[in-house]
Amino acid sequence: MFAYIVRRVAYAIPILIGVNVLTFYLFFVVNSPDDMARLHLGMKHVTAEAIEKWKVDHGYDKPLLLNSAADGVSQLTDTIFFEKSVKLFAFDFGFSDDGRDISYDISQRMLPSLAIAIPALLVGLLANISFAMLMAFFRGTYVDVSGVILCVILMSISGMFYIIGGQFLLAKLFRLMPISGYAGGFDGIKFIILPVLIGVISGIGSGSRWYRTFFLEEAGKDFVRTARAKGLSESLVMFRHVLRNAMIPIVTGVVVVLPLLFMGSLLTESFFSIPGLGSYTIDAINKQDFAVVRVMVFLGSVLYIVGLILVDITYTIVDPRVRLS
Amino acid sequence: MQPDRSHNKHQWQTRLALLCGLLLALAACDGQPWNRPYSAADAARNIYYASFSERPNHLDPAQSYSSNEVLFTGQIYEPPLQYHYLKRPYELIPLTATAVPQARYLDEQGNSLPEDTPTGQIAFSEYDIHILPGIHYQPHPAFARDAQGNLLYGHLTAADLDGIHTLGDFSATGSRELVAADYVYQIKRLAHPKLHSPIFGLMSEYIAGLEDYAATLEQAWVKLAAEQGQGVYLDLSGYPLEGVQELDRYSYRIRIHGKYPQLLYWLAMPFFAPVPAEVDAFYAQAGMSERNITLDWYPVGTGPYMLTINNPNRQMVMERNPNFHGENYPQQGEPSDRAAGLLDDAGKPLPFIDRIVFSLEKEDIPYWNKFLQGYYDSSGITSDSFDQAISIGAGGEVSLTDAMQQQGIQLNTAVATSISYTGFNMLDPVVGGFSENARKLRQAISIAIDTEEYISIFLNGRGIPAQGMIPPGIFGYVEGAAGINSVMYDVTPQGPRRKPIEEARRLLAEAGYPDGRDVETGKPLVLNFDTAAVGPDAKARLDWLTKQFAKLDLQLVIRATDYNRFQDKMLKGTAQIFQWGWNADYPDPENFLFLLYGPNSKVGKNGENAANYTNPDFDRLFEQVKSMENSPQRARLIEQMTAIARQDAPWVWGLFPKQFSLHHAWYKNAKPNLMANNGLKYKRIEPELRARLQASWNRPVLWPLYAFVLMLLAVILPALVGYRRRQRQTAVPGAH
Repeated sequence: MFAYIVRRVAYAIPILIGVNVLTFYLFFVVNSPDDMARLHLGMKHVTAEAIEKWKVDHGYDKPLLLNSAADGVSQLTDTIFFEKSVKLFAFDFGFSDDGRDISYDISQRMLPSLAIAIPALLVGLLANISFAMLMAFFRGTYVDVSGVILCVILMSISGMFYIIGGQFLLAKLFRLMPISGYAGGFDGIKFIILPVLIGVISGIGSGSRWYRTFFLEEAGKDFVRTARAKGLSESLVMFRHVLRNAMIPIVTGVVVVLPLLFMGSLLTESFFSIPGLGSYTIDAINKQDFAVVRVMVFLGSVLYIVGLILVDITYTIVDPRVRLS
Repeated sequence: MQPDRSHNKHQWQTRLALLCGLLLALAACDGQPWNRPYSAADAARNIYYASFSERPNHLDPAQSYSSNEVLFTGQIYEPPLQYHYLKRPYELIPLTATAVPQARYLDEQGNSLPEDTPTGQIAFSEYDIHILPGIHYQPHPAFARDAQGNLLYGHLTAADLDGIHTLGDFSATGSRELVAADYVYQIKRLAHPKLHSPIFGLMSEYIAGLEDYAATLEQAWVKLAAEQGQGVYLDLSGYPLEGVQELDRYSYRIRIHGKYPQLLYWLAMPFFAPVPAEVDAFYAQAGMSERNITLDWYPVGTGPYMLTINNPNRQMVMERNPNFHGENYPQQGEPSDRAAGLLDDAGKPLPFIDRIVFSLEKEDIPYWNKFLQGYYDSSGITSDSFDQAISIGAGGEVSLTDAMQQQGIQLNTAVATSISYTGFNMLDPVVGGFSENARKLRQAISIAIDTEEYISIFLNGRGIPAQGMIPPGIFGYVEGAAGINSVMYDVTPQGPRRKPIEEARRLLAEAGYPDGRDVETGKPLVLNFDTAAVGPDAKARLDWLTKQFAKLDLQLVIRATDYNRFQDKMLKGTAQIFQWGWNADYPDPENFLFLLYGPNSKVGKNGENAANYTNPDFDRLFEQVKSMENSPQRARLIEQMTAIARQDAPWVWGLFPKQFSLHHAWYKNAKPNLMANNGLKYKRIEPELRARLQASWNRPVLWPLYAFVLMLLAVILPALVGYRRRQRQTAVPGAH
């Protein structure tokens, strides 16, 4: 397995380089270094000299990808792309274009993202599995049919509606919790309830339907029929045999998203004013802060790759038939 | 056994219900609303609650310029001058200065000139500024000294910085008296090679020697950086600047080229606030910027407030500066101020509020709802909430809706010192230039675009059509019939009336485009509107604009692009028709008239004249007007300039936006002052009233919780019954 992991990590390097090139290209197609300078210097009284000076100070005065004025290797290394990208692979994130230590900012913003994402994931998982089990248990009855219809309805509603509707109903009309905000420690619990609740409810439709299919698929297999033939009660069949086997795709599905929980949710963080990494990325894009954008995209890619490797490892743990080679 | 299990289960359910009830009761028993987003302990404290939607980029006074930045720096830093809070028109008064300085004029040899010397003969103007003694800085580690009087944190090593993550991690603080050298030091910082001050370009045109000074500092910086590497501190005290001089402990002098009376307005902005050299040195030490401990993050001032929490990802908190030198609420204002209760606090010591809490609020909907719940003390009005807040009468009069009035919410309106206009690129071969045809084409379009309708549809009436460049409240604005733009409006007893579309058609025909077709080629005239606006709102506006051109049978092509490309087009002069705006730096007509001054063109000069309008007559008058004191003669010249611009019509003139702001009944002394950055010290809160009203407006509604529990039971119980039935079910019906 170790050799497999090393090989996967090695495969990740060209992928990360590719992601980095693509991010760089897309960013600078939309924003030129002059635009970035103008935005950072403010829109009033900005002189051409000030723009040039800003570019020199922030390392944006060089050619983007290829320096035709240089010789040899310098044609590639004496460029904005090389100078801004190479340190990423050593996880040296450096400073944002407005002078902030990016690593420190990420460390500060990671916790609020996780404070929402982890409870939403756990509670959501519990709710989805319970609901899916209920539908699978009563498969073919009115409970199952009504459950599926409810799931389709829940899936058809946009995430924005859940947020605005939840804020309106629970926070404004019923005044049960704050509309938005964030605080650390125990004070933060009242702020977390609403986004977590909305995260769970908005995910029930798709999650439960998905898990229901796993349960039904397992319920139709021979070993389940055998268990029933042995005279086991339906609850034992469902919880001991069906649930346990259906958990393989569920667990791997969860593991793949675990690393990405760090990255936060753009919409939720914006509407609930949660100072997480999702809003950090959006702010950086709006402010044309390439230093932060490239770091966040890079980090997202790394975490996604880590997630996929974890899935492979998890498979070997939850399904003894799988061997990594 | 069975009855026992059932009994236990029943007991467990009863206990759970009791526990839930107890938790709900506990949550409610402190009397605080459940939806309160702040600490319950602060409910009755003298705190002002506000919000911000975007992290301020800069808090260094050499760099901060945007309104969301000066909102903070304006309360912390004290430049020598400030605006009178209540008087209108805006009036400069001393802040840390003993008096508003008077200019002394000099010739090339440095000899004094009389006050009435023509501008062209004045080589330099000098301002001597005397500051009040006894003003002290807020507590800050940069001032902390040991028993021997040495700076405690002046020579920090890497080991000293272990465990230091924020400014609050430094255990000792100190203070010292404000001296003139601090003001001199800050003016020098405008030329610092690493600060990129946005006003350096402008100020180097005026402050004697500032441009050369920047070059000197650049060289010195390069040398120091090569020698020291990390933690470079360029001590500006060692580099004299010709135009700024310390006269004594409490006095300094600024020498500028020529005559520039607007310098006084700049002296009321944080750019000219004091920065002590030891603070600059403190932040420049190695390891500080890596910890984000910079002047840009932790400002140091003498003002009424100091920034104690700077977490712009969540909250920024300012607290009363314990060393504040003291100031009293103004005793005079406008005639209506006394009736409005704005002089009730006359003569009382400032500031009134102990703490100011700004919370991050990115979206309008939660922000507005929290204001209605009483958790923000004041608010603007977004388009989404306009109908909920404002009702407009048949005669156009504006008032609050019944719901707002019942909550005791109050409304303030003010015409902003801004202009928003549609411009023609004067370099464009079709709409630009000074030929009679081009002029008539622009005039025709100006008449066709119905600004009044635009204001009504898209701004909910929040604006007034511009008759010229200068908004109300600024010297040079002419009220009544005399101020009406006769090129676009007819003067009637009811006020200005836009000229009929037939007049626009006539002008268009005279311009060579009868019925919107080129008289020579017979082809329809197609014009291009360049914009960076996108989204449904923008589409509605652009559709409306296209219809305005269609009134003249002109085809308008919308060339939508992203903001950067749009800026690029403007800089290169390839846009044809566009929308632009300007927010005044100071209340002087020069700050609006320069928007049409030729040498200030966007193309080639990177200036603010976005239309690239260059009329020698206008430019000549501007050069006279810009350095004049307000006088009848200046007013006459401004009228001449306005008349020239109206005839040339480089703009469609557009509108002056009106600002609507709301505040709760407990928020006092709210008077819009669009120039003063330091207005929070005048505001007063009645925290007891706020706490009482907040509690009454935010009682939790509990029935939905009970209903939810019942609903859950209604789902679970049948499921349980069904489950049990299934468990008892046999393979063969009826078998046991």
